Amino acid sequence: MLPLTGLLTAVGLTMIYRIDPDLAFKQGWWVVVGLLAFAALVLFMKDHRTLDQVKYVLGLTAIGLLILPAVPGLGRTINGASLWVDLGPIVFQPGEFAKVLLVIFLAGYLRDNREMLSMGGGRYGVPSPKHFGPLLVIWGGAMLVLFETNDLGGGLLYFSIFLAMLWVATARWPYVAVGGALFALGAYALYHVVPHVQDRISVWLDPWQDPFDKGYQLVQSIYAISGGGLFGQGLGEGVLISPQGHTYIPYLETDFIFAGIAQELGLAGAVGVILLYVLFLYRGFRIAIMAADGFSKLLALGLTAALAIQAFIIIGGVTRLIPLTGITLPFVSYGGSSIVANFVLVGLLLMVSNHVNQGPAS
Amino acid sequence: MNPQIRRLFFVLVALFVALIAISSYWLWDAPNLEAKRGNPNLLVKQLTIKRGLIYASDRHTILAKNRKLKKKGFGRPWYLRVYPHGELAANAVGYSTIERSRTGIEKSFNDYLTGSNANLDTVLNNTLDKLRGLTQEGNNLVTTIDIRGQRAAMQGLAGKCGAAVAIEPSTGRVLVLASQPSYDPNLVEGHFKAIARAAAGAPCHPPAPLLDRATQGLYIPGSTFKVVTAAAALDTGRFNPQSRFDDPGYCIEYGKKVSNFADQSGPEVFGNVNFGEALQHSINAVFCNIGKTLGAGKILQYAQRFGFYEEPPIQLPSEEIQPSGLYRNGRLYLPKDQNAVDPGRLAFGQERLQVTPLQMALVAAGIANGGVVMRPTLLDRIVTPDGKVIERTNPQKWKEAIRPRTAAELTAMMEAVVEGGTGTAAQIPGVSVAGKTGTAETGVQGQNDTWFIAFAPADHPKVAVAVGLSNQSGVGGTTAAPIAKAIMEAVLRRNP
Repeated sequence: MLPLTGLLTAVGLTMIYRIDPDLAFKQGWWVVVGLLAFAALVLFMKDHRTLDQVKYVLGLTAIGLLILPAVPGLGRTINGASLWVDLGPIVFQPGEFAKVLLVIFLAGYLRDNREMLSMGGGRYGVPSPKHFGPLLVIWGGAMLVLFETNDLGGGLLYFSIFLAMLWVATARWPYVAVGGALFALGAYALYHVVPHVQDRISVWLDPWQDPFDKGYQLVQSIYAISGGGLFGQGLGEGVLISPQGHTYIPYLETDFIFAGIAQELGLAGAVGVILLYVLFLYRGFRIAIMAADGFSKLLALGLTAALAIQAFIIIGGVTRLIPLTGITLPFVSYGGSSIVANFVLVGLLLMVSNHVNQGPAS
Repeated sequence: MNPQIRRLFFVLVALFVALIAISSYWLWDAPNLEAKRGNPNLLVKQLTIKRGLIYASDRHTILAKNRKLKKKGFGRPWYLRVYPHGELAANAVGYSTIERSRTGIEKSFNDYLTGSNANLDTVLNNTLDKLRGLTQEGNNLVTTIDIRGQRAAMQGLAGKCGAAVAIEPSTGRVLVLASQPSYDPNLVEGHFKAIARAAAGAPCHPPAPLLDRATQGLYIPGSTFKVVTAAAALDTGRFNPQSRFDDPGYCIEYGKKVSNFADQSGPEVFGNVNFGEALQHSINAVFCNIGKTLGAGKILQYAQRFGFYEEPPIQLPSEEIQPSGLYRNGRLYLPKDQNAVDPGRLAFGQERLQVTPLQMALVAAGIANGGVVMRPTLLDRIVTPDGKVIERTNPQKWKEAIRPRTAAELTAMMEAVVEGGTGTAAQIPGVSVAGKTGTAETGVQGQNDTWFIAFAPADHPKVAVAVGLSNQSGVGGTTAAPIAKAIMEAVLRRNP
């Protein structure tokens, strides 16, 4: 798990260095901060299960974090989405941290209520609001905030994590079906209310309709991927930066870093990165399967799924498999919040794993 | 929960497999994507090539060179094109940019300039450079552009809308290819809008500075076409320079009067004249009658013998060359039935004739070269970076238009035009000049197409020239002839 994280981080740093050495230097510092957070977590928290006791606090904190960017004076809007918080010297994305906290909350909550939820205590097989209520409140709050801040990628990510964990905990398809329907309904409403969303969809359906304006970013991303060939143009040799000094793909170093990798390291490099995530997924789910208690299981599963789904959403977006939503590629993209939050995520996973290794007795 | 976890694993793995599939798909689609406008891959890859230099015919004046780009980041250095003389030969040389691709010589000789031609030396050099990780260097190109003639042409055309072409009659070397309004090719990359702003003051609308009026600009030839009619009249043996005509000031066609060119006193009337005098004074009525005698078919046949109805094989991209001839609804038109064309008006260059300055220069060059039109060329030689000549243009015949004797008779008639006819403004002291004026009225005041075609020295021609202007209020003898004279003087000063 740690070697995979290291490798992905290294690929990211190399790619960022090639795009802009100054940025890579900053990213290096963020990796250091991430490692410190990782170390602090492992050293000071003896047992991850203590988190279970504060799950409601964490859940509410997550909502609080998500609201922060919408607070006037604090929030910063970049590229149509307000998911940044400006604290003077540091600008950060609270959503990255909220992701980890939400998973902890869901793990604890679903462990407590999974029997009731999967049996369906109330009439018509629907569980009573007593069991379902808090879940809906927390989740609904998160969704509302996300739509408020226009962070579609985040919305999709949290929703997928929620459905995945709910399904694993209860093994009931109707939840997935109802959840999916709710999401479709929300997406449909959003499509008609927010012009930004309509643009994203029409660009996804035909990026060449407007290849120099609205479709520009996606079209350039596709050119970069297709131009990379099997083994790429070679690091530093690819067509990424124009003679005027700007990147052909806006946000190359963050959301679109996968396209840069495909251009310079080719399909081989791109598939390599994808396989690293698949391996991460495998290792993370192994931990979940091995874990003894329900909280640990759901925690490991949720954290792993969060990372994998996040990688899928952004790679799918830049390759035009799904509509593009701005979100970072875990460990690889430039971004301090993303790096630190994901190191914390790995730290928690390793703590669960360590617990498994010490044997069920302890 | 474990069974669900396993199942979820496979669902997520399937998603990642889809990612691999679509990434591979884009690779498979690469040839299609590469051709799309806005895809920087191929264009930027060419930036790593140090393109060959483009020289004027003196092998000294550089028309296009490279600027090494100081770039932030990594990889091989990049080279951007610089045109030290700006608009001087812009329409002929063209540009090579990332944003707007290429035009002109930069496009038509791109293979040589990038060193991707199949010549053995070039292939060897490039392979070695690639193995050594060095920058690939293109071959240098020496054009036939005469820098002094080109400068004289651009200065003469400045502030006007039109073009000038000069050709060495015996070889077909294109010495001057000038078009105004022009543009600074250094502005194409990144400052494209400035080009339109700079040309906004031109007296024609739209100013179209990127249009190479020398090879693409279509104008009504007016009386310069009388040279072609005269060539047909003499070459067929139907007329000779002494043939006599009566000019009542008009000619009757289809029962209607077609009048001579009108000055303030009304249509001029010349009375009894010979063929030479008719050309000297450009008498429409006489040519109208000659046209009726010869028929439209014969005149068009001779026009084709001079290269009309074809794109002249000058080495420019095909989309930058227009053929000359009759046009109908914007398209080239060669009637099967010659009665569909009015022979009288055709004979003095009206009807629906549209010609390029290049074509009219080829007509003048053909007469100057004893009736043989040489294949026009812009290329003198191609030289490798280490100075080896790998290609050189040898003069080739393109069209045998008329017999040498016809050419000699026509030359004498055209000399008279400059000595004492409509073209006296083109006289050069100590040099005999043969020429012909043209003024085509479009029906709107101030929008005449005016012309002058000429060659000199008449007895041993070194330069043939055509100047075509649009949106003029004057006549060819006063607007175009002085420009033609300046070009010929500039060329002959170097090469007396």
